[in-house]
Amino acid sequence: MTPLQGCLLVSALLFAIGLAGAVTRRNAILALVGIELMLNAANLNFIAFWRFGPHPEALSGLMVVIFSIAIAAAEAAVGLALIIAIYRHYKTANLDEIRNLKG
Amino acid sequence: MTWIAQNLWLIPVLPLMAAAIIAVNKQPQRQLAATLAIASMVFAFLLSLCAFGTVLGHHGEHGVFREVAGFNWLQFGGQWLRLDWVLDPLTAIMLVMVSFVSLLIFIFSVGYMAHDENFTRFFCFLSLFAGAMLGVVIANNLLLFFVCWEIVGLTSYLLIGFWYHKPSAAAAAKKAFITTRIGDLGLLLGMVWLYAETGTLNFFANGHGCLEHSALTAMATHVTAAGMAVSTAIGLLIFLGAVGKSGQLPLHVWLPDAMEGPTPVSALIHAATMVAAGVFLVARVFPLMTQAPIAGTFMELHTTTALQVVTWVGAITAIFAASIAVAQNDIKRILAYSTVSQLGYMMLGLGVGGVAVGMFHLITHAFFKALLFLGSGSVIHGCHEEQDVRKMGGLKNYLPVTFATYAVGMLALAGFPLFFSGFWSKDEILHAAHRWPGSPIPFYLGCAGALLTAFYMTRQVALVFFGEYRGRAREVADQAKSRGANPPSHDGGGEPHESPGVMTIPLVILAVCAILLGFIGTPAWPWFDGFLNGETVQFNRGKLAESGTFWLMVASAVIVFAGLGLGWWLYGNRPRKTPDEPDVLQVAQPFAFRLLANKYFVDEIYEATVIRLNTRAARICEFLDRWIWGGMVLLVTWVTLGLARLYRFTDEFLVDAGFDTGCDTLREGGGEISEWHNGRVQSYLRVMGVALVVLALFLIWGRKP
Amino acid sequence: MNLPWLTILILTPLLGGIVVAGLSAEQRRLARSLALAFSLVGLIGALCLWRHFDAASGDLQFVEKHDWVTSLGIQYFLAVDGLGLLMVLLTAVVTPLAILASGNLFGAGADLPVGLDARQRVPTDAPHIYHALVLWLQAGLFGTFTALNFFHWFLFWELSLIPAFFLIKLWGGPKRGPAATQFFIYTMVGSVTLLLSFLAIRLATGSFDFIELANLARHGEITARLGEAIGWKSQIGLLVFFGAFLGFAVKVPLVPFHTWLPSAYAEAPGPVTMLLTGVMSKMGVYGFLRILLPIFPEQVRLVLTPLLWLAVLTIVLSACAAFAQRDLKRMLAYSSINHLGYCLLALFAVSSAATDVHQPDLQKAAALNGVLLQMFNHGVTASTLFLFVWLIEQRSGGLRGLDDFGGIRKIVPVFIGLMGIALFSSLGLPGLNGFVGEFLIFKGVFPLAPWAAALSTLGLLVTAIFLLTIIQRVFCGPLNARWLKFPDLTLRERLLVLPAIVLMFGLGLWPQVVLGMIDATVVKMVQQLNF
Repeated sequence: MTPLQGCLLVSALLFAIGLAGAVTRRNAILALVGIELMLNAANLNFIAFWRFGPHPEALSGLMVVIFSIAIAAAEAAVGLALIIAIYRHYKTANLDEIRNLKG
Repeated sequence: MTWIAQNLWLIPVLPLMAAAIIAVNKQPQRQLAATLAIASMVFAFLLSLCAFGTVLGHHGEHGVFREVAGFNWLQFGGQWLRLDWVLDPLTAIMLVMVSFVSLLIFIFSVGYMAHDENFTRFFCFLSLFAGAMLGVVIANNLLLFFVCWEIVGLTSYLLIGFWYHKPSAAAAAKKAFITTRIGDLGLLLGMVWLYAETGTLNFFANGHGCLEHSALTAMATHVTAAGMAVSTAIGLLIFLGAVGKSGQLPLHVWLPDAMEGPTPVSALIHAATMVAAGVFLVARVFPLMTQAPIAGTFMELHTTTALQVVTWVGAITAIFAASIAVAQNDIKRILAYSTVSQLGYMMLGLGVGGVAVGMFHLITHAFFKALLFLGSGSVIHGCHEEQDVRKMGGLKNYLPVTFATYAVGMLALAGFPLFFSGFWSKDEILHAAHRWPGSPIPFYLGCAGALLTAFYMTRQVALVFFGEYRGRAREVADQAKSRGANPPSHDGGGEPHESPGVMTIPLVILAVCAILLGFIGTPAWPWFDGFLNGETVQFNRGKLAESGTFWLMVASAVIVFAGLGLGWWLYGNRPRKTPDEPDVLQVAQPFAFRLLANKYFVDEIYEATVIRLNTRAARICEFLDRWIWGGMVLLVTWVTLGLARLYRFTDEFLVDAGFDTGCDTLREGGGEISEWHNGRVQSYLRVMGVALVVLALFLIWGRKP
Repeated sequence: MNLPWLTILILTPLLGGIVVAGLSAEQRRLARSLALAFSLVGLIGALCLWRHFDAASGDLQFVEKHDWVTSLGIQYFLAVDGLGLLMVLLTAVVTPLAILASGNLFGAGADLPVGLDARQRVPTDAPHIYHALVLWLQAGLFGTFTALNFFHWFLFWELSLIPAFFLIKLWGGPKRGPAATQFFIYTMVGSVTLLLSFLAIRLATGSFDFIELANLARHGEITARLGEAIGWKSQIGLLVFFGAFLGFAVKVPLVPFHTWLPSAYAEAPGPVTMLLTGVMSKMGVYGFLRILLPIFPEQVRLVLTPLLWLAVLTIVLSACAAFAQRDLKRMLAYSSINHLGYCLLALFAVSSAATDVHQPDLQKAAALNGVLLQMFNHGVTASTLFLFVWLIEQRSGGLRGLDDFGGIRKIVPVFIGLMGIALFSSLGLPGLNGFVGEFLIFKGVFPLAPWAAALSTLGLLVTAIFLLTIIQRVFCGPLNARWLKFPDLTLRERLLVLPAIVLMFGLGLWPQVVLGMIDATVVKMVQQLNF
């Protein structure tokens, strides 16, 4: 098994765990954590493809990942802020009870 | 042109004006109404005398004196229709007769109608009648004649129905108008035909009139489809009008019923003048009747189809009505049938003997029949409105003047020889009938009629004036007095009483005329004949003794005496004691008497045929209207409605329903799909995850190399 | 002066109607007085026309002719000859009478002599609308009798129909709904076929002008051109003729197109019936005279015999049917059909090409004069009779059956006397107006069609029978105790019927007043019919 394959396996696993967490957890914060995990899996893929790709000397992959992490951080902050706002409004963070998106 | 011929129109217009003034005045002014009516008649009479004098003055100059004048009435097709009046002997004699008899009857009416609440209206109608009748007399134009003729019919209608609160009077009035109108339609058709053939309706117009030579020849040579000369066909149609107005068979039914009117009306309209207008009409258009397709001698002309019809209708009516009169009990009805019968004589006279013969009887009859009717009016008045001869009797002691005058009238009507006018005029008719080449039967019918006439008049006089008084008026009055109530009638009730002078004086004057008038037309001095034909006649006693004339006079005298004797033997000798006992004839011949008493059931026959036919026709038309024409409309409506329903069905159940189903399905589908949107973010995410997996699987393995 | 008199005459009631309609429902008296004023202005206008009319000439007078829609060949063309003027006069006379008679239709009880509540019968209390409709009807009639171009003639023809419909529908008797609908549908069907026929003619000739079309027809060109334009050569003329014929036959009406009439006349309120019978029924005869006979002479001649028999049938059948009625209004309605039947008889007889007749032109002139006179006389007499029945209805609370009365002559002598005059006028008694027209008609028809004339006299007889039956049942006999308080004519009512009675006597004794006016026109018409 090549290191690339290993990296991709790890990242796939990470993504699957994240997805499972995001889909199954009732708590909004934990769902957000799952989403962060999936994001990180994507970041891992970027690093892996950059490191084992045709032009490892260029720092493009690294740049993208750093950019992505920055956005993820902002996103996590916005997400947490939303969760807190929702919690204040509904007095709960349980996603099953927040169903105002119902069509 | 003489002054009077120029102003002849004044004679009818005066009474018409009087009628108009009375009509617009208020009801209570009785005095004014009577004065106006009588004054207008006096002036009309004086003018008539003046006209008569003028004609007499020109008598014998050359042919018949005749002057016409008139005015343009209306215009069509650029031509004027001219209405003319004429002054000739026929008009003059009729004018004098009509205005004189009218005047007397007007005076009589003042007494007779004195207590009627509609006194003024009575005089209004009477004046209207007199005016229209005088208009009939002077007309030189068939249209003017027809106009006046119809107005005369109207007044007859109004006066028969004068006591309109009686249903019988209202029905009789209607019957009179409609029956005469049947005849009038014939007259109308005859008139328009005559107009179409000759282009004029003026009788005489200096050779251009429709009764003058050129027009007559044209019509006589023009033959209709049925092979009849046009003149004959027109003559017969015009005669139909006369049949209606003069109560000839078969249109006689209205005249006896017309006795529902007040008695002066019966005397004036339904005895003396209006009913005679039919005879006058035939006399007026006589030249038309004598035209035959092939011109021939005088004697041949007297047997033209038209004149044969006139003769036969007259003869049959004369005997027919006389026989009915035998079995009547109403004093006025007896006279009414007598009138019908005498009118038949006049027609017979016209048919067999020409204008003079018929007209002579018309004039004499007018006087003695007016006398008889007024006499009967006086009797009815005296007996407190009783009209049944069985309830009279012995009145000669109570009403001496009436009796004397009535006897004169009765003898004149019966044709008592030599001294009474009826003898001469009837005799002349019988003479002419005897000479008539057409057939001997009318002569025999006339003789039989004369016998019956003498008989029923004797019966009537015997029942009314002889024997014991059988009335109930006295008892009624006694009962009323014993109950303390007012006497039932205005004049106190009780005994029959003589009428006031205003009623008896006209009777006396008429009685005098009934005697004297006969002498202007005796065979020895046929002045009347000469007057109408424009010839001067000399007194010639020898003519009386000519064998044909003499023996016929003897024969007719014998007939009259037989009738009088028979009547007296049956009714005068054995006067009836009570009102209820059956008639002598009824005992002897119950079946025949019943037939006669019911007037040969003519009314019933009409009821069963003509009237029922009319009602049935009305019903059929109503049915056609309601169900056939109306039904067609309904059918169209239904078809339209049916189509509309069909459209509605397709609309509702095909078009609309399909659309609705589509919409419902769509809505329900949307509802189901919307359930997926349950608002749980994680289920959305789940879907996204599954979708991602599916996408990935598809991208990896699903793509064909 | 060269003012457009006819236009003014038409506009007066039209604008009057708009003014009256603008009032409020409470202004009863004002509405009535205004309507009366406008109709009287119409009457005065018509009388002025009459005064300035040159009776010696049969030509069209007061001509107004302007291009209107040139692309369609439509001109604004108004003019009258004797015929048009006579009808205008009739309209002008009858309308004010009808408006005066409608006073009692609108409550407030002011005019009700017995205090019977007229409102029981009157569903819609909107006097302003009522009077406006009457005025519009009058405008439509004026227009119909003066217009000589099919385009606006047809507009006026329909304009008169719509107010009549609403007048029946809103103010009629208990069965007014069906009666109004039947009336409307019937006449509408006639109008539609008429319109179609004229569209066909327009297609073939390019003209809507009656005078021009008559000129073409005189040379036999209309049939030929119709054949060219539409094809189907021989029948198309006849088809177009029947279309137009139906329009007029329904309006007159001719049996068997008459079933709308008795119910419409019976259900319409009295004053509206006066207008319906007095003037609107004349529109049909006018149409026959002005349009059908001049434009379709060949076709009329082709079907002359059946038409004559239809006319005879109309006369006899309607008279008999009248005898079977028990409602005074229905009786008079049938009698109205009967009287107009004589007009049709004469019209058809006149269009025959009789050659073996002595002076055919004179006979035709007599018959046509009779027709015109009869139209005018019938308008006066029939509307007066309906007025009398209306007055009876008011006094009896709506009863008008033949057997509901009896003996009322005793208590209302003046009423009965005057109504009797009207009845006898309708019966055709000489000396009253009805006679002269009938005489002239028979005088003219007899030589042209003897058997038809002879049979038609049956109608005269039956008319006499049923009119006298009215007199017998209603006026005579013992007094029905129920009507002891039946009031006689009030002074106002006497004044109301007075003009009609005067006309009856006047025209009966001196018919030359009318004949002098129309004779020249008639002579010209006869000349034009004999191409």
